[in-house]
Amino acid sequence: MSTESVQFHHDADRLTHDLRHRALIQKALGGYYVKRDEQKAKYTDWQQARVSAAAAKYEAVNHLDKYLVELSDKLEARGTKVFWAADGPEAADYIASVARNAGVKRIIKSKTMTGEEIHLPQALEKAGLEVVESDLGEFIVQLREEPPYHIVFPSMHLTRGEIDDTFQKKLGSAHADTPEELTMIARNVMRRKYCEADMGISGANFAVAETGHISITENEGNARLSTSLPKVLVSIVGIEKVVPKLDDLAVLLPMLATAGAGQNMTCYNTLLGGPRQPGETDGPREFHVVLLDNRRTALLADAEQRDALHCIRCGACLNVCPIFKNIGGHSYGTTYQGPIGSVITPHLRGLQSWKHLSFSSSLCGACAEACPVKIDLHHHLLQNRRNAIAEKPAWWEKPIFAGFAWFMRRPALYRLAAPLLRIGGPLLHVIRGQFFDPVRLWTATRDLPPAPPQSFKEYWRARHAKR
Amino acid sequence: MKISLFVPCFIDQYYPGAGIGMVRILEKLGHTVEYPESQTCCGQPAFNSGYWDEARSVAVTMLDAFRDAEVVVGCSGSCGARLKVFYPELFHGHAREAEAKALAAKTHELSSFLVNVLGVGDLGASFPAKATFHDGCHGLRELGIKQEPRELLKHVRGLELVEMKEAETCCGFGGTFAVKFPEISTAMGEVKCASILETGAELVISNDSSCLMQIQGLFDRQGNKIKSMHLAEVLAHF
Repeated sequence: MSTESVQFHHDADRLTHDLRHRALIQKALGGYYVKRDEQKAKYTDWQQARVSAAAAKYEAVNHLDKYLVELSDKLEARGTKVFWAADGPEAADYIASVARNAGVKRIIKSKTMTGEEIHLPQALEKAGLEVVESDLGEFIVQLREEPPYHIVFPSMHLTRGEIDDTFQKKLGSAHADTPEELTMIARNVMRRKYCEADMGISGANFAVAETGHISITENEGNARLSTSLPKVLVSIVGIEKVVPKLDDLAVLLPMLATAGAGQNMTCYNTLLGGPRQPGETDGPREFHVVLLDNRRTALLADAEQRDALHCIRCGACLNVCPIFKNIGGHSYGTTYQGPIGSVITPHLRGLQSWKHLSFSSSLCGACAEACPVKIDLHHHLLQNRRNAIAEKPAWWEKPIFAGFAWFMRRPALYRLAAPLLRIGGPLLHVIRGQFFDPVRLWTATRDLPPAPPQSFKEYWRARHAKR
Repeated sequence: MKISLFVPCFIDQYYPGAGIGMVRILEKLGHTVEYPESQTCCGQPAFNSGYWDEARSVAVTMLDAFRDAEVVVGCSGSCGARLKVFYPELFHGHAREAEAKALAAKTHELSSFLVNVLGVGDLGASFPAKATFHDGCHGLRELGIKQEPRELLKHVRGLELVEMKEAETCCGFGGTFAVKFPEISTAMGEVKCASILETGAELVISNDSSCLMQIQGLFDRQGNKIKSMHLAEVLAHF
């Protein structure tokens, strides 16, 4: 087992026994389901909207070579600098050099999972820069020195009391009871940071090739401030974020809001077209767009799973995933949690190290059903399993399945299973859950059904004998 | 109609009542039922564990068993989905791909076959109980079966059907997942059992015995008296 897998088992086991965590997440997501269903009901045809959204992403992902160049040309035409980064270090080095050249000391960042993916804040802090997160949820987990718990709701695992504790401890604030009071505490800290920052960093929800726009959607207004006040702006964009046309946003933005947060539309939707133009009175003086690969092209090369690049990071698959709901976001140990994380992390960070996430699924398919861009998530988990085994089968498991197949290919031998089960069943019951119980992984928490007096095959034979 | 029965291996071994119920129902409707005895397992444990070559070698046994069948009807949404959805994928590019596709096309899950193919609703069953129905995930999402079992249960005399909260949430069985990640599987099962308990039902019905093995196994361990039955057993109560 990889060290990642050992850690996963450890953390997941702990969280599954944490009933407080279970109740907290169930309650939070219970509210989300109600709002999501209310909004979905407003669509004339949600399924058709999924088809349209998936079609827009399919077109983009299958013609990345064309649309990325178009995006880059359009951005550069208005004075934006475009940097193509092969991986995280390249992206972080470039952004650090931009900061250095512009004499930047303080950075205000609006939520970017792509930035989390390449550990951008840590890299920039190492380069001597102050990086403050402006999304409230992200701000809270940053104070706690935790990674985001969920790609959309980074601090959904925390109660109001825990957030209050964190603020008192880290910000020296007075005790606060209400969400409004807590928000005001964060707001007072951040307002100052916006004004002091000389660089803003944002992610991107979409990048429109046709017009050369970075599209950002948010509920707090923090991304607008982060992208318009500082003199230098950097947007970090995964190459799969490109969409062909501005019109594509007409379906993608509401679907992102509905699937992601149960909203009709997200409160603030911004299109960034470039740095301050001659005659304009505000906006950043420098605008850099970093187009990040970081092994997305490896996923692109996999025709079977290429649609995983459709992902708009709405988090809908996490919200419906019974695994996620029981083990929580941190157990995954990945930037992207839940089903989408289990599908793409093996591609982005190594199949053998991360294959356990693809095995840790009951393959229920709730994720694929919820996905607004129709990613075949649970089937991709199966494909990851197949690929992992084809590459390197487990030494102890291969003979088991070879034996299983050998046995099941022999109907005459299979017929002996029923009488054996009748003899073995009561014996198993006696040693239930003990070390030498071969099925203790089942019986530790669950009973086995008693073996019936007659198998179906035996019933059928007896019936025929009578006739 | 001559119907070939597909009785998945663990139903054969642990839950023969589901298979027998299927025989009774189809014969009551006047159909001829046959059971190809060379069938064993659909190969799902190997397939889901990533051992596709091994799964394929087992699946060949099933292709052989049902080669001459006109119509195949099975009493598991999960194993049914194996034949109907995953065999074509498993045999993609292999010598017997056409046969796999042919088997997929003629295979049906029981409730879907009764309602959508035979157009039957009322089987004349009677079962006085307060019950809730658990949707097995593969039947629900791979085969799109949701209303069919409810349509059939609606006509069972004396049966009061109450829907549970989040009926479409997985019970946590998941085949080898249940023993590879027993803690997660158990937690999921506990959530499902709580939803069932909340309904006040005394009986949980499903079209997948594997889900019921998980749910019943947890209820039994908790010392809870709730019982589970396969849909076919309830419907064959006439």
